[in-house]
Amino acid sequence: MIESAFLNFSLTVSMVLLLAGLIFSFIRLVVGPTLPDRVVALDLMTVLIIVFCGIFAILEDKPAFLDVALVLALVGFLATVALARYVERYTQREQSTRAQKGQQ
Amino acid sequence: MNSLILKTASRYLAAILLVFSIHMLLRGHNEPGGGFIGGLIGATGFVLFAIAGSVAEARKALRIEPQNLAMIGLGASAVAGLSALFANKAPFSGLWLFLFAEEGSKGLPLSSILLFDIGVYLVVMGAILTLVFAIEEEV
Repeated sequence: MIESAFLNFSLTVSMVLLLAGLIFSFIRLVVGPTLPDRVVALDLMTVLIIVFCGIFAILEDKPAFLDVALVLALVGFLATVALARYVERYTQREQSTRAQKGQQ
Repeated sequence: MNSLILKTASRYLAAILLVFSIHMLLRGHNEPGGGFIGGLIGATGFVLFAIAGSVAEARKALRIEPQNLAMIGLGASAVAGLSALFANKAPFSGLWLFLFAEEGSKGLPLSSILLFDIGVYLVVMGAILTLVFAIEEEV
């Protein structure tokens, strides 16, 4: 543990703010009326968890958590990309079925 | 999916992920890491490649069927585990070889544990890639 009153204070404040951000984005994830809302909320939660890992590494003086943050940062956007692909295919299928109905 | 940005970025990202996976694999003996998590990270690199381009491209980049990769890994782990039998020890106990060992220095420590971990790495990577490629080709 690094002994510094100001550092401890800032760590506590950032933890509280992070928790608030996580709660609010989780509410958006549950409530979110459309799919894009939920995707963005999930992405935001990933970023917040990365930040949490960074702060926790300082708080507990354990550099291993920085690796967690690194992997999450590298992989985190994959979920967004996969969901974007899903939405793309969904709209494509919707259009093709609509076109088939139009022909009939 | 045809995105130029994703395709260009995925090359560098996949390279970083693969290097990091090997870093995770090799330091797993003394610090957090190991074959399992290394294999997962390495597989993610190829999954990224498959999503950005196509599965055929990722298969070409892998150069070997993912099922075969998993089988090779299983064989390596089995050899590492059973090699202790030939040294008259209980199966799956570690064998150590200290290359260039001198007084006060351990030299280059090699162990059957490392071979076992590399086997786990290949099994995890091969299994995950088999699953993901099959799903990607199906959809």
